[in-house]
Amino acid sequence: MRWWRITKRNADLERELRSDLELEEEEQRERGLSSEEARYAALRAFGNPTLIREETHATWSWRWLESFACDLKYGFRGMRRNVGSTVFAILIVGLGVGGASTVFSVVNALLLRPLPFRDPGQLVWISNGETYSTQAEHFSDLREQNHSFADLAGWSGTYNTGNQELTGSGEPERFTSVPVTENFFTLLGVEPAIGRSFTKDECQGKYGAPPAMVLSNSFWRRRFASDPNVVGRKLTLNNQPVTVVGVLPASFDFASVFSPGTPIDMFIPWPLTDKTKPQGNTMAIVGRLKPGVTDQSAQAELAVLAKQLETQHPERNGIKPRLVPLEQHVSGQMRPALVVLMWAVGVVMLIVCANLSHLQLARIGTRQREMAMRAALGAGRFRLLRQVLTESVALSCCGAVLGLLVAVVGPRELAHLHAFSLPLLESVRVDEKTLAFTVLATVATGVLFGLAPALQVPSYTLREGLQVAGPAASGSRRYGWFRDALVVSEFGLACLLLVGAALLIQSFLRALDVNLGFEPERAAALRIDPSFQIPTAAQANAFIDDVLQRARAVPGITTVGISDILPLDGDRSWQVGAKGQVYDKNNHPDAFIRVVTDGYFEALGIALKSGREFTPSDRESSDPVVVVNETLARTLWPGQDAVGKMVSQDGGRRVVGVVADVHHGGPERLSGAEMYLPMRQTGDYSAMTLVVRTTLPPDSLAASIRTALRPIDPNLPVTKFQTLQGLVDRVMSPRRFLVLLLSGFAGFALLLASLGIYALISYSVNQRTKEIGIRMAMGASSWLVQQNVLTRTLRLALAGVILGTLCSFALSKSIESLLFGIAPTDPAVISGVILLLCSVALVAGYIPARRASRIDPMRALRTE
Amino acid sequence: MSSMAKGIPQRANLLQGTLDMLILRTLLYGPAHGHQIGKHIQRTTNDFLQMQHGSLYPALHRLERRGWVTSKWEMAPGRNREFKYYRLTEKGRKQLVVEESEWKQMAEAVARVMWPAAEES
Repeated sequence: MRWWRITKRNADLERELRSDLELEEEEQRERGLSSEEARYAALRAFGNPTLIREETHATWSWRWLESFACDLKYGFRGMRRNVGSTVFAILIVGLGVGGASTVFSVVNALLLRPLPFRDPGQLVWISNGETYSTQAEHFSDLREQNHSFADLAGWSGTYNTGNQELTGSGEPERFTSVPVTENFFTLLGVEPAIGRSFTKDECQGKYGAPPAMVLSNSFWRRRFASDPNVVGRKLTLNNQPVTVVGVLPASFDFASVFSPGTPIDMFIPWPLTDKTKPQGNTMAIVGRLKPGVTDQSAQAELAVLAKQLETQHPERNGIKPRLVPLEQHVSGQMRPALVVLMWAVGVVMLIVCANLSHLQLARIGTRQREMAMRAALGAGRFRLLRQVLTESVALSCCGAVLGLLVAVVGPRELAHLHAFSLPLLESVRVDEKTLAFTVLATVATGVLFGLAPALQVPSYTLREGLQVAGPAASGSRRYGWFRDALVVSEFGLACLLLVGAALLIQSFLRALDVNLGFEPERAAALRIDPSFQIPTAAQANAFIDDVLQRARAVPGITTVGISDILPLDGDRSWQVGAKGQVYDKNNHPDAFIRVVTDGYFEALGIALKSGREFTPSDRESSDPVVVVNETLARTLWPGQDAVGKMVSQDGGRRVVGVVADVHHGGPERLSGAEMYLPMRQTGDYSAMTLVVRTTLPPDSLAASIRTALRPIDPNLPVTKFQTLQGLVDRVMSPRRFLVLLLSGFAGFALLLASLGIYALISYSVNQRTKEIGIRMAMGASSWLVQQNVLTRTLRLALAGVILGTLCSFALSKSIESLLFGIAPTDPAVISGVILLLCSVALVAGYIPARRASRIDPMRALRTE
Repeated sequence: MSSMAKGIPQRANLLQGTLDMLILRTLLYGPAHGHQIGKHIQRTTNDFLQMQHGSLYPALHRLERRGWVTSKWEMAPGRNREFKYYRLTEKGRKQLVVEESEWKQMAEAVARVMWPAAEES
């Protein structure tokens, strides 16, 4: 109801009462009373006008609002009286709600909000069996022959960071580009913000030599200062002229969806008609289903088509299309982690509620007389209950203001953490959904923690309430079990969280401990692709010799090598086999290919297991050689020494050495088969990355290396050193993200649980001051008293811990998929957590126990 | 406070529903303002039911909210003065029938318990 209607009603009632009162007065006068007597008589007959007004008010519907405002005012007054506990309550509600909202905003961005494309529900991701990408030829055929898809589009799954050198516009710099098919943006429903997408003509050229490019929004802002006139400009990319035809909208962030952690600067066309398109599985495919087509039927059709293609084109690689909704592909991997985080937040909120409930109970306890008085004066049961609830919701709303602050700052900080390569992390932000969640969480918290104390209010009957003397006796021992239950559940929940966090920390440590097969510390890499064409193999060899020699001479650098692809940073795989061996087409061994120079193994710290490394004399004129890793050696020549054997590559290469396996999918993935080709014997590489091992911080080296290399390539672009440790960190970051958040929650839970048990024990010591006094007067030693209190503390803690452990056993399945190298019921972890919780409980109990043992019997008895 | 409470006659503790019914019944004669309604009930019961304004006005407003009566400021006939007149609505008329029959049932039921002989004879 609007306030002006209320005012109008009030005036109306006032007028009605006045006119009737005057009438009464008139009648009294007619009976012969004097005018003054008549007025008094009328007033007497009428009764108390204020009361009439109030009772009439009560029939109007907004009475609840009035009493709500009243309760609120009263609640705030109460909060001011108890500054300490109010601040405490606000603080923990704030942290709890803030944490919950932060997690919610991440969940919202990753799981709830649709992908930033048109009709994202129709988009699917099509992988090729276990591998990421498919041959481009297969893509073209699938696209033409299928009936399930409105269209298919693809991009190069094998691009790597810094693959483009841009000159002719400021300092030469290296950028990352992704070749995409002509229809890629159209299929996703992304319109360039400025300019246009690629035309058919622009998709007719040679792969990797684009006539046109489209810029990503962030790159356009950074490099071209948001200049709209950049569209139409000719730039020089890898010494080739290229025209900027468009700029993508800010809402389209390719990297955050498809390649978390690797920003993409530009997009170039992928000509599908080109006969020289890259060999092997290179294309990542997305498709848009026709309306009404289900994933299953599309999958079935693709499977049939793939079978036909394999028989029609035996010369091509195998193809096993596997279709998942794009949304699931992008954030599916994060789902279990986020689900665990959401549960953790829920548990934290429950602990917060238990703690506040306890606090509120104590507050209500001290106000028992007040409540009894109000009940005596006619306050209804429901009325009192509502007042207590209003107070607790008001308290939690105060906390929510703090929580909102955390909820706004938290996601913003998270979104800018490039250290975490999580998909869509950049789109984490506070939106109306998050705010709604915050409000909901706040009110739910307030009601939940206020409910239990509020429900006890009516049971304070008048006689008891008024009789019980003073706040000290206010505790109502009747509710002792309820307080105990609160503390036990706090410990149980904290135990559950701690077990989860400890398991994940252990997994993290174990993942860190994995021998990656190389030593990332003190190793760094720098792109050094020559800015000019090298026509012959001999000249290329000379260039390599020159680079290695000059780089080696830089002070602080111990070893140097060159590679095309770094571990953990892109992969390229081929089918490989022992020479003379025939393999089943469906079961052909394949291996990751690395093209490296001498010194590479040493620079990265990859151990040589047998044979020899590459040397500078492995060049175009010498015998073709190859180095394999242990897995490949085992696969091709089980039980034999691989050194001296021949692989079928390039018509036959001799294995000269076997090196240790490198985990290049990250520590948690098994390392696959790998084959190393000497860079001096092949031209089949698309990048040159200088890898150095140094005794100095890598950042300080970049400049001196550049200076050293300038004489051979004056256009060497400015790029930062990439540390190998940085690559490892990026791979580990989703796990670190989870560990960080969960440990934070677990720590908070532990703190709350210990505060809860401390509050309970010290409260009960206060309650029992008299009893303890009597015991001591009867001869109980202070040690006995102390022991008594501690035993009680420990008993509560143990009850909670046992409950929590049982729960964690019951829930062990749900966390299993997130663990690495540890069982969800790991006895060391669980006993560690139990020990931790019990010692925390002991410390929390010791303070009140000590106070109890210091009680002066005489004074204790006298004060009551 | 308690001494005052003793002074109030028991019969004034009208059941809320009963008061509503009496008001509706009074309005059946035609529109009336609060004072008239109170006076009418008091007079008809020979002052047995002393109308308390404290319950009359809340009751009137309650009836209005429920849509059983409407109100309007009107000139009183013969006086140069406006009063807030309450008027029975169609809904109020129906409600009166319902309340009347309920009351009748109630009274009969009470009577049967109180004077069983009279019932038998």
